[in-house]
Amino acid sequence: MLNTFVMPDLYPAAPEIFLLLMSFVVLFADLIFGATQRRLAGRLTLMTLLGCAAITLFTTDGQASLTFSNMFVDDLLADLLKLLTYLAVAVTLIYGRQYLGDRKLDKGEFYLLVLYATLGMMVMISAASFLTLYLGLELMSLSLYALVAIDRDSPRATEAAMKYFVLGAMASGLLLYGMSMIYGATGTLEIGGIAQALLQGQTDKTILIFGLVFIVAGIAFKLGVVPFHMWIPDVYHGAPTAVTLFIGSAPKLAAYAMALRLLVYGLFSLAKEWQTMLLIMAVLSIGLGNLAAIAQTNIKRMLAYSAISHMGFMLLGLMAGVVGAEFDPFTAINAYSSALYYTVAYVLMSLGSFGMILLLSRAGYEAENLDDFKGLNQRSPWFAAIMLVFMLSMAGIPFFIGFFAKFAVLLAAVKAGHTVVAVVAVLFSLVGAFYYLRVVKLMYFDEPVDAAPISAPFDMKALLSINGIAVAAFGLFPDRIMAICTTVLLRSL
Amino acid sequence: MNSYLLSLAIWVPVLGALPVLALGSGRRNMVRWLALAVALAGFAVTLPLYIGFDVHQTGMQYVEQLPWIPRFNLQYMLGVDGISMPFVILNSFITVIVVIAGWDVIEEKQAQYMGAFLIMSGLVNGIFSALDGILFYVFFEASLIPMYIIIGVWGGPNRVYAAIKFFLYTLLGSLLMLVAMIWLFLEAGGSASILDWYRLPIGLTAQILLFIAFMLSFAVKVPMWPVHTWLPDAHVEAPTGGSVVLAAIALKQGAYGFLRFSLPILPDASHYLAPMVITLSLIAVVYIGFVALAQADMKKLVAYSSISHMGFVTLGFFIFNPLGMEGALVQMISHGFVAGAMFLCIGVMYDRMHSRQIADYGGVVNTMPKFAAFFMLFAMANSGLPATSGFVGEFMVVLGAVKFNFWIGFAAATTLILGAAYTLWMYKRVVFGAVANDHVAKLTDINAREFLFLAVLAICVLAMGLYPLPVTEVMHASVDNLLKHVAVSKLP
Repeated sequence: MLNTFVMPDLYPAAPEIFLLLMSFVVLFADLIFGATQRRLAGRLTLMTLLGCAAITLFTTDGQASLTFSNMFVDDLLADLLKLLTYLAVAVTLIYGRQYLGDRKLDKGEFYLLVLYATLGMMVMISAASFLTLYLGLELMSLSLYALVAIDRDSPRATEAAMKYFVLGAMASGLLLYGMSMIYGATGTLEIGGIAQALLQGQTDKTILIFGLVFIVAGIAFKLGVVPFHMWIPDVYHGAPTAVTLFIGSAPKLAAYAMALRLLVYGLFSLAKEWQTMLLIMAVLSIGLGNLAAIAQTNIKRMLAYSAISHMGFMLLGLMAGVVGAEFDPFTAINAYSSALYYTVAYVLMSLGSFGMILLLSRAGYEAENLDDFKGLNQRSPWFAAIMLVFMLSMAGIPFFIGFFAKFAVLLAAVKAGHTVVAVVAVLFSLVGAFYYLRVVKLMYFDEPVDAAPISAPFDMKALLSINGIAVAAFGLFPDRIMAICTTVLLRSL
Repeated sequence: MNSYLLSLAIWVPVLGALPVLALGSGRRNMVRWLALAVALAGFAVTLPLYIGFDVHQTGMQYVEQLPWIPRFNLQYMLGVDGISMPFVILNSFITVIVVIAGWDVIEEKQAQYMGAFLIMSGLVNGIFSALDGILFYVFFEASLIPMYIIIGVWGGPNRVYAAIKFFLYTLLGSLLMLVAMIWLFLEAGGSASILDWYRLPIGLTAQILLFIAFMLSFAVKVPMWPVHTWLPDAHVEAPTGGSVVLAAIALKQGAYGFLRFSLPILPDASHYLAPMVITLSLIAVVYIGFVALAQADMKKLVAYSSISHMGFVTLGFFIFNPLGMEGALVQMISHGFVAGAMFLCIGVMYDRMHSRQIADYGGVVNTMPKFAAFFMLFAMANSGLPATSGFVGEFMVVLGAVKFNFWIGFAAATTLILGAAYTLWMYKRVVFGAVANDHVAKLTDINAREFLFLAVLAICVLAMGLYPLPVTEVMHASVDNLLKHVAVSKLP
């Protein structure tokens, strides 16, 4: 057996393979032509993402196909999350192009690191084994650490990268430790196999719970929820805004996949245990994130704390899938899809609001303080309205996507019997409304301090406008995305 | 039967606001005329609601139903009965007045000003006609946004504080209402239709909790004592148009919420907690009446008088007899005209003097006789003089209250004295006497535009006072039906 090599079916992993190949193309193209054609690497990266999207779309067959000895899975959920990841990454690149160009950061390395981080996310999304998941996670994380530090001359960025790296490495360690416990108890690394082993119920529960705690801690770190949130504000603040935008969007999708694959696919038999852990973390995140965001004067930090609270909301949906002892698949699917919908909504809003910061920044000037938004309505009524949409959507005011995301999660939580938790969550979103409204106040009620005209490339302005309109339009008609989320989960679980 | 009138009432102003906003602030004349055209169109599409209304039918009319979010079984379901229909018309009518009132006065960003009012008008029509709980909530919440911007951008010196206070206060209440609605939604087996909620049996404890959640939301909006403190701030800081809409329309949303949600969905809790609501209402009527007496700022005075009048309305609802409830509804509409007109009058003076302090005025009648005559009429209506609309509602509620309990009626009737005292005393100090100072001496009387909107409102106030039947007639069947529904226990 040992010396027979079985060629794995490469077809399910076609997008990953394509991306890897293209990364070499980008590397060499940048090496050879980079000096004369500065925008080549960026264009090639966008084309790569487009190619990946095409491959993912054309290889979708609605079946879950396992490959690489059951370590890699290509199911509908993976396809959906990958498509969203490509979209988020592409939007990030377009929003960030001018910002990076102004700061001479748009070198080939940047695009390569983005591509590898994307590859890491894709592997995470498609992971069917603990090992694959860990591989993807590390590929993504290491690329992100480097990206945070890409502006080497900025002490703040370097400090943020250092913090991110140390804490991130520790979290990976925790995760790995937890995985080894589960492996010890069940004797397998395959997520499906673990679920089987747990169902038979012959494993030592103490070890399992012990491992579970570490796994949940690892997930919590990647999502950035309390009490594993410490890195978020520093990294969001310290990284160049284009990188913050990147960290704040696509990896959330991958982290959702990771949580779902590990907890729901793998450790579902321990749901009662992890449900309680998630509940506590969710409530703490919603509370602390919203309270701490009030005190911020830097909008990147403010959005960082708001990210913590949003991820808390997402966890609320994720934990609402299991109701006590009895298990109802429809309730569960609804809850997981509410969390998925929340993540998608959050990614859209996060892209837009960091995009706005990039829009207002220019060469030698970072528009990252709240005061930089003062009087935006007088400088550009259109973009003030777009930012209004993002902020109110994040606050959960209706007719924007954020409201229905919150609604779906609250519905799932109340259905799972957590009415009190829902009340606490909405009370904290009232606190949240305050700081989002403050941004609106700055834009509309105050006089501008910075009168420079807004200059940005056309494609960025157009995309930002589309982003804003999407947040509003999916708020008016949220049914389509919700239906997609539910269908995909129904057919992948 | 699908009718599109209510959709038109909602979406004509909202979509009409888009070209107004797109025009930008450069072309003032075009902006104003277009805004007026949109407001008039918005008003025109609501008139058929009245003309075609079947006064004998108790159920919902002009019902529209479309799937909105099938996954949650949420419907785009609209419809009005005799309780809500008059408010749709009132709201669209007030929007026209507000657009005219902001014609010359608003100099900065006029397009956004008009646009905000038009959007709000459409959203408010949505509040009054939504028959799906979540749809109601969505309109209820979304209508805060334009008001927040109106107060914050065109308001007075302390506008930021007032705007944020207004928003957060209202949001606090409505978020709890959202949880209550989600609970009802699940309890009703996944239906958010208000009509389904009417038939849902609920235990008393749950009813009381739900009642409190709904009440927090509506009480803030009404506003009832002790959660009224945002209103004086918001009124004082808001531009004239904002005050008019707040008083005439926004406050009615809370009262309407009681009728649409609290009473019919939670009848047992309503009876159980009625003494509390009645007490709070009486405190508002009497105590806030005294507070109004002590005000030095005219807008604040009218704001407190609004709270006092709205106390009358909630009182009328919770004494559970037809006279009280119908009286309360008439009072709501009348207050829409009267309070709106009072704020417009104060606005007229403020535009000339840039002061709202009573002490800065005196002898206005000498320089502005025409204005003084209008102001007199509205002041009298505000204090409930017979033959004005203010009298009809108050009288009916007092009669109903006396039937219910003599002392409650007695306490409520003090408003007739208090209301007259604070309004007329203010009127005397501002309008009569010798010309107080040079500024007053230089005042010019109202121009044709101001004459127009004051005259229209004066006609409404007098017409309703002399012949209220066209208004009460449409409400009658619905009010009877509601009271019958509330009398039946819903305990399982």
